[in-house]
Amino acid sequence: MKKVLIVDDEPNIIMSLEFLMKKSGFEVFIARDGSEAISIVDNETPHVVVLDIMMPKVDGYEVCKYIKKQKGLSTKVIFLSAKGKESDIQKGYDSGADFYMTKPFSTKNLMQKVDELTN
Amino acid sequence: MEFKWLVILFSFLYLGLLFAIAYWAEQNRHSRWVNNTYIYALSLAVYCTAWTYYGSVGRAANEGLDFLTTYIGPILMAPLMWVILRKIIRICKVQRITTIADFISTRYGKEPFLGGLVTIVCVIGVLPYISIQIKAISVSFSTLMGTVIYHNDEFSFFNDTAFYITLFLVVFTILFGARKVDANQKNTGLIAAIAFESVFKLIAFLVTGAYVTFYIFNGFSDVFTQASALPGYAELVTINKENGYSNWMWLNLLSMIAILLLPRQFHVSVKENCKEGHLKKAMWLFPLYLLLINIFVIPVALGGNLLFQDKMIDPDTYLLAIPVSNHNALLAMLTYLGGLSAATSMIIVSATALAVMLSNSVFMPVILRSKRLSATSTDNLSMILVRSRQTMIVLVLLFSYLYFKYISGQFSLVSIGLISFAAVAQFAPAALLGIYWKGATRRGAVAGIIAGFVIWFYTLTVPAMVSSNILGQSILTEGPFGISLLKPQQFLGLTSLSYINNGFFWSLFFNLVTFFVASFFSVRSTRETNQAEVFVDIFKYSTVYESSIVWKGTAYVEDIKSLISAFLGKERTEKAFGRFIADNNLDTQSAEADFRVVNYAEKLLSGAVGSASAHALIATVVKEDHIDLSDVFNILQESRQVISDNKELKQKSKELKIASKKLRKANEELKRLDKLKDEFISTVTHEMRTPVTSIRAFSEILSDNPALGLEERLNFLETITSETKRMERLINQVLDIEKMESGKLKMDLLPVQLNDIVNDAVNTVRQIARDKGIKISLNLLPGLPLVKGNKDRLMQVVINLISNAIKFCAIEQGVIEISTNSGHDAVKLTVQDNGHGIPAESQELIFEAFYQGRDQNLKKSEGSGLGLTICKKIIERHRGKIWVESSKNKGSIFTFSIPLGNLQ
Repeated sequence: MKKVLIVDDEPNIIMSLEFLMKKSGFEVFIARDGSEAISIVDNETPHVVVLDIMMPKVDGYEVCKYIKKQKGLSTKVIFLSAKGKESDIQKGYDSGADFYMTKPFSTKNLMQKVDELTN
Repeated sequence: MEFKWLVILFSFLYLGLLFAIAYWAEQNRHSRWVNNTYIYALSLAVYCTAWTYYGSVGRAANEGLDFLTTYIGPILMAPLMWVILRKIIRICKVQRITTIADFISTRYGKEPFLGGLVTIVCVIGVLPYISIQIKAISVSFSTLMGTVIYHNDEFSFFNDTAFYITLFLVVFTILFGARKVDANQKNTGLIAAIAFESVFKLIAFLVTGAYVTFYIFNGFSDVFTQASALPGYAELVTINKENGYSNWMWLNLLSMIAILLLPRQFHVSVKENCKEGHLKKAMWLFPLYLLLINIFVIPVALGGNLLFQDKMIDPDTYLLAIPVSNHNALLAMLTYLGGLSAATSMIIVSATALAVMLSNSVFMPVILRSKRLSATSTDNLSMILVRSRQTMIVLVLLFSYLYFKYISGQFSLVSIGLISFAAVAQFAPAALLGIYWKGATRRGAVAGIIAGFVIWFYTLTVPAMVSSNILGQSILTEGPFGISLLKPQQFLGLTSLSYINNGFFWSLFFNLVTFFVASFFSVRSTRETNQAEVFVDIFKYSTVYESSIVWKGTAYVEDIKSLISAFLGKERTEKAFGRFIADNNLDTQSAEADFRVVNYAEKLLSGAVGSASAHALIATVVKEDHIDLSDVFNILQESRQVISDNKELKQKSKELKIASKKLRKANEELKRLDKLKDEFISTVTHEMRTPVTSIRAFSEILSDNPALGLEERLNFLETITSETKRMERLINQVLDIEKMESGKLKMDLLPVQLNDIVNDAVNTVRQIARDKGIKISLNLLPGLPLVKGNKDRLMQVVINLISNAIKFCAIEQGVIEISTNSGHDAVKLTVQDNGHGIPAESQELIFEAFYQGRDQNLKKSEGSGLGLTICKKIIERHRGKIWVESSKNKGSIFTFSIPLGNLQ
């Protein structure tokens, strides 16, 4: 079973993402801020991480860099953020993300991308 | 015998060094080594003569602390220099005045008589003072030789070292003090030499003083301890209780005046001043110098009293006699040369100042008046002027020498110095009141100076003549013709003051009384009135001086030019006139001279021949018409108008500057607000994306999954509803803020009871708190005063604060405490939670709309979006304040206060 890590600080968004991932057959891990995400990554190796940027404690860019440093290419990272400026997106790819999607997002597009990256 | 020649050799080597310094400084007259504030301050120390160098010790040994007044007076005057001396300097610069005689004479309308009078008083007062400097050189020389010579008539000139030194000083002074026609030009070389002498005498005194104190004795306390066994010790180190204080006061006043008006001080501080700004540093450097040179006076005096207890040694010579009696030849030589430098500096400057006065205020007016000369051309006048000045130097020094030789043998250094001070003090009313009081008149000045001088002569000089046996004793003991009220030393029965103070007091008293009475009862001439205006208000007129001296008549430019070039040379004259005419936009072709040109010419001449002579000379080439006093004031009014126009312009440009500064500030403020607005919009839209994201995600889930269970479906629909509500709330908040910012939100303020509002608010949120297991405790002050407020809006604030507290409360055992309180000027409400607190750096920021903090990617705590911003705005509309106190893990206390005063 493939593993997915959802990192967001909005409970309702987590709830929707959790539903979508479970339906697609993922084992789901949840982190509510950056540092929680890092400690999960330390123990598990998720196949894909859906990552918010603006979070308390450690921001998404830092988490992404950490994941890429620890896990290399084996863990894919998709940013899912309300930050939609060109510079924000560039920064996301610079920190090693595999894809960047802005909120609000299309559930279909997201799941398509997740499937694409995990196969 | 050999030692004597060695001393003479060193004396002349020292004088040679002076010569070299002066010569070097003249060659480098524009170097900053010779034109600086330190040189200026040091040149002021020409005040310290041989009378300081040897005489202070003598005075301290004989009379105790009185010697200090000579230095305390100038130190007291130092802070006033910026007010008084700067004014005098400005007047003299603007009018090219070079001496105290010229200063007083110009103030009272440039009559030659007054200038001559002042000069004569100066000569009579200062000549003996110069002579005691020569005496000091002579006495110090013989002390160094070990032979005590007090008064030796048969001692011939040709064997007297002091005579040769005087001759040398004649040459030096002529070369460096009186070579230039224009007395207004700076004598850079002379001043450099004086500054050097000031340093030299200070070092010599300090070295010898330290030698006596620390080598011969064992430090200050040793000297004082040993001396305390001497008879009369107590009198020497205390001020006599009976009359000592008033004597002390008068002596201080005397030297306060002297520091300004002594011819040599006037010369260095006013005439040789290159920049008014130099005064600033001199104001503290000069007092410092005086302090330093007095440090060892009392130890040396007491030490001398101890060492020479049973020997007949003149205390005036202690400083030198101590190293001599200890056979320390090197130190003795240094001390001797220090004394020589103190004496020579005074002689050089005084002789220069007196010579300029004598030639400009006595000799030139006499020459110009003699018909013989006015018939001849003025071509050779400048030569006559320089020669007369040089002759005057020879005469002044020669007379001083003769005075020393035949008269001053009898006096100690001290009395002559103070008598000289008192003579000069007679100028204080005319000179110092003259620059502040326009009503002072020439008659007042003349009468005051004459009255003061007569009393001075009677009370101070007559006793001196008695003591040198020129007059009989009886006049002192019984008074003239047996009238005891007229005894010179207890004049008019005044017995409480010392001899010097008695003379000083009465001379100044009669001087002042006569000065005022004569001023009140005399009419001023037009010219005098004009000068009074210019002197008193010099800071208004100094830029437009030439138009402020009022004058009517006819004169031709060519005549004036040829007169001036007789003194200044053709080239300099042409240059000066060219510049003046250009600067003042005058007609260059006009043959007839504008009155400003005439004034300028007179000013140029004043620098060379003194103001009275300059005026007389100008009168030979112009035909002056009578002018009314009213004309004077009209024209002065005009020249003042020029100044005030100028001032207005300055004022306008100042206002412009302020306005542009304000504009710049407003612009910056606008930019800041613009940036805030941008930030606000981007954060609001960002904040709205969150609920929209959830709504969209669940809507899609619901439509893509028709087979969802009922429970799940309901859960998702509820979420959509709550996120929609969140969206709605956000929109309302934004609209609220917009309304409040633009002032559209009406907020009626009526008397309200805060306790009631709190109760209502708590009722609406109680259920939510209960669900979360949070306890709300109320602590409301009974009888809380009413304030003016808007009930609904205040309720909004309280609910917001409680909601925040519920959100941030500790997850287990959450407690919220709400209390109201009343201070003397405001009521307060606090909401305290026991959550994890707010970091100090965010405490201010949480009230800002969506402030993101320094790191744009880190999210701040939820719930702090717009709520607190709105709270702050509501409270501010009530003229109250809202703030938070918090520390990590200790919860937060939100407080707002509303002033009681708003209930009116």
